[in-house]
Amino acid sequence: MATSWTPDQPIVQCVDVRKSFGALEVLKGISLSVRKGEVICIIGPSGSGKSTLIRCINALQPITSGSIQIEGIEVTDPKLDKLALRRKVGMVFQQYNLFPHKTAMQNVMMAPIHVLRQNRDEVEARARTLLAKVRLAGKEDSYPGELSGGQQQRVAIARSLAMRPDIMLFDEVTAALDPETVKEVLVTIRELAEDGMTCILVTHEMNFAREVADHVYFTDRGVIVEHGPPDTLFTAARDARTQRFLSQVL
Amino acid sequence: MQAIGNWFQHLYETTGLNFSVFYDAYDWDRYFAGLKMTLLLSVTTILLSLLIGALGALAQGSLSRMLRIGVDAFVVVFRNTPPLVQIFFFYFGLGTMLPAVETAGMRVPLLSNVQWAIISLSLFAAAFNVEIFRSGIEAVPRTTLEAAEALGYTRFKAYVHIVLPLALRVCLPALNNNLVNLLKTTTLAYAIAVPETLYAVKQIWSESQNVFEMMVVLLATYGILVGILVWLMHRWERAMRIPGYAR
Repeated sequence: MATSWTPDQPIVQCVDVRKSFGALEVLKGISLSVRKGEVICIIGPSGSGKSTLIRCINALQPITSGSIQIEGIEVTDPKLDKLALRRKVGMVFQQYNLFPHKTAMQNVMMAPIHVLRQNRDEVEARARTLLAKVRLAGKEDSYPGELSGGQQQRVAIARSLAMRPDIMLFDEVTAALDPETVKEVLVTIRELAEDGMTCILVTHEMNFAREVADHVYFTDRGVIVEHGPPDTLFTAARDARTQRFLSQVL
Repeated sequence: MQAIGNWFQHLYETTGLNFSVFYDAYDWDRYFAGLKMTLLLSVTTILLSLLIGALGALAQGSLSRMLRIGVDAFVVVFRNTPPLVQIFFFYFGLGTMLPAVETAGMRVPLLSNVQWAIISLSLFAAAFNVEIFRSGIEAVPRTTLEAAEALGYTRFKAYVHIVLPLALRVCLPALNNNLVNLLKTTTLAYAIAVPETLYAVKQIWSESQNVFEMMVVLLATYGILVGILVWLMHRWERAMRIPGYAR
């Protein structure tokens, strides 16, 4: 399956994805596709299933039915090589989830050394470059507890990038940050997008979504209510639910 | 050394306080041999109980239901029964059921009383260590483990590199307590005639008729041993402290 994928096909393809937690159906048939280099934003009220969806894309949560393909790899395949999948897909979390007992450098270096068994010197050089890229040069030896939220989140982004993913998932990565530090994280993500990284963002930052997204999906109660290019969605939403949501947050 | 001996001899002659171990070579040798045995028991049971405790805590998180039930049963049995009874059970109960072996023309038990004491005390302390390690592992946020999984870590690698180092920091104070208890509990080996410190000191006071003085020596000995252990554990705790980590 993996060999049949070519870059002109969608890099992420979700078809009728359903996910239930017990009797509660959180995703009620989500279909979307993302092309290589595209930036997708998923917006919607709390509890609409946005985070669940991107956690399913990374196989952190198994889906109940439907299909999710990443570069042609079926995520629901019971024989799925999770390592192969997670090399392709990087993920950044709302709460950063850095490893608190390791410095910024070590956080970035750990997975390439432990998981990919790459050469330590090369990994170190790359980690330094990545930390500089997210504007954290000079903070290499700081522990997460010594960094601000925005700095920690940028370490988390560098940590994901160290695995050289093809796709980056961002799960409300600015939701836990102070308003002043939101910007520094968004700048980093925008630069990534400009470099051609495929990004899927769950976000409440509407202005940012409008600015960087190629395509915006509005979800509510487990379904995609409406989607389209940001200019259309934000200015000329057709559905009443989308209009109501946007009028509350914009 | 001679000066110390002379001083204690003088003390005995002038006040009647008979610290025979400090001037009588024979008593000193018995006391020192007992001390060495206590150290052997303490170090081996501490290390073994840590190893068994860590394995047990890992097994508790395993996918195999049988394994989890097995660990739970182990913890219940060894935590709910007195350590002295456990030692008797192993030495008199199991020990007599094992075949004897022929050594230099003598039939001796397969396992000696020292070995039974080590096995029994290690298992006793390990049952508590399992629970202590579990509390540490459960204190590591699920989201931290998830971040590791998202980076491609297998469950085992995530445990080794992320969960256990964090869990250890959480459970060190509780572990410290249990190891202090274990060191003191090694005196129970007395009951199966393991010549550790209490046993040696008891022999000395029976012969030298100096119960009070040897009691003082005994209490001071354990006070100092536990003091050293606590000092080492605190140093370890300090060395593991993470700058800026929320406490």
